[in-house]
Amino acid sequence: MPRVHRHRMRGRISRQRVIQLLAAALFNGYAAGFRKGRIFTGGSKAFCVPVLNCYSCPGALGACPIGALQTALGAKHHFPFYVLGTLMLFGVILGRAVCGLLCPFGLVQDLLHKIPLPKLTVPRRLDRPARYLKYLVLALLVVLLPAFLVTDTGIVPPLFCKYLCPAGTLGGGVPLLLADPNLRKVAGALFGWKALVLAAILLASMSVHRPFCKYLCPLGAFYALFNRFSFFQMRLDEHKCVGCGKCEAACPMQVEVTKDINAPECIRCGKCKAVCPTGAVSSGFARGGASRPAKKEAP
Amino acid sequence: MRSALKTREKTILALRFGALGLAPVLIGIGFFRQEHLEVLQKAVRICLECIGIG
Repeated sequence: MPRVHRHRMRGRISRQRVIQLLAAALFNGYAAGFRKGRIFTGGSKAFCVPVLNCYSCPGALGACPIGALQTALGAKHHFPFYVLGTLMLFGVILGRAVCGLLCPFGLVQDLLHKIPLPKLTVPRRLDRPARYLKYLVLALLVVLLPAFLVTDTGIVPPLFCKYLCPAGTLGGGVPLLLADPNLRKVAGALFGWKALVLAAILLASMSVHRPFCKYLCPLGAFYALFNRFSFFQMRLDEHKCVGCGKCEAACPMQVEVTKDINAPECIRCGKCKAVCPTGAVSSGFARGGASRPAKKEAP
Repeated sequence: MRSALKTREKTILALRFGALGLAPVLIGIGFFRQEHLEVLQKAVRICLECIGIG
C-alpha cells in the first residue's frame, strides 16, 4: 500500500496544493458564470490553457486544448498549427508539471484521494500496460478519428469530449444543468453515460491515486512525450542519495525515482523531494544542459 | 560510457531547443491562418457534446 501525504506531516498546506488552487482559480476566474449559468465569451477564449479545462465550464477564461485540437481536426480537417504549437510550448517548458501542479481535474482527484478509505495499488502486471491506454485515447479519439472519419455532415464530433471526458461533465455539464432548466430537459442517455464515467473516475480516485491521469488522459499522454527533455526537470544527486527508498514509496505515480526520475509518468508533484531525508531530490528549470544525475565517484 | 552520456545530453538539448524553436513557428502559422479565431468561435459557445447533451 503506498504511503502518501507525508509532505503534509506538519499540517501545512503543501506548495503543490497552493499552486493547484491558484491555477484552478485562474483558469476558471469568471465566477459570475456559475451564478448566471452562462459561459464566458471574451477574447481570452482564443487562447488555449495548458490543462484539461472544459471551455463550457461557466468559469473558464480560456479554451481547452484537447477540445480545440479535436475541433480543428474534425471540423476543418486541416493541420492544427496553432493548438499543436501551443501544446508543444507548454510541453517543452513544463512537461507533466502541468498535470501535477496546474490541472484542476488533477486537483479534484488529489483531494478525493485524501478521503480516508482503503488505498489500493494496482498490480504491476495490470498497471504497466494500462498506462499505455492514454496514448491510445490520444491517438485514436483525439487525433485519428477526428482527422480521418467521414460523416454525413462532414463534421466529426469531438469524440473524447463527447464520450469520455470527465472534466467536461464536472466543470461544464453539472454546473450548467444545475443552473439552466432548459438544458436539464434535453439531457438524455448521453449525459447519463457521461455522469457514469465521471462517477466511476471520482469513486476510483478515492482509492487509487489519479486514475484518470494514469490511464486515460490524452493531455497527460501528450505532455509525457516531453517529460525527459522539458526545461522543467526533476534531479537526483547520487552523491547525496542514501538509497532509503522513501521517494519511491511516496511517489503517487509509482515512478522509480532513483532509476528514472524524469520518466514519462512523473507529474512533478514534488512528493519525492519533500520526503527525501538528505535533500538529494530537487527540481527546477534546466539552464541548457541535460539534467543528468551526478554519478558517485568510484572509491 | 562517457561518450554515450554526451550523446544523450546532446539529443536532449537538440529536442529541447528544437521544440522550443518549432512551437512559436507553429503558433505563428496558426495565427496567420486565423486558427485562433476558430478556437475562439468554438470556445464562446456551449459545447453540447462536451457537457453530455449531444
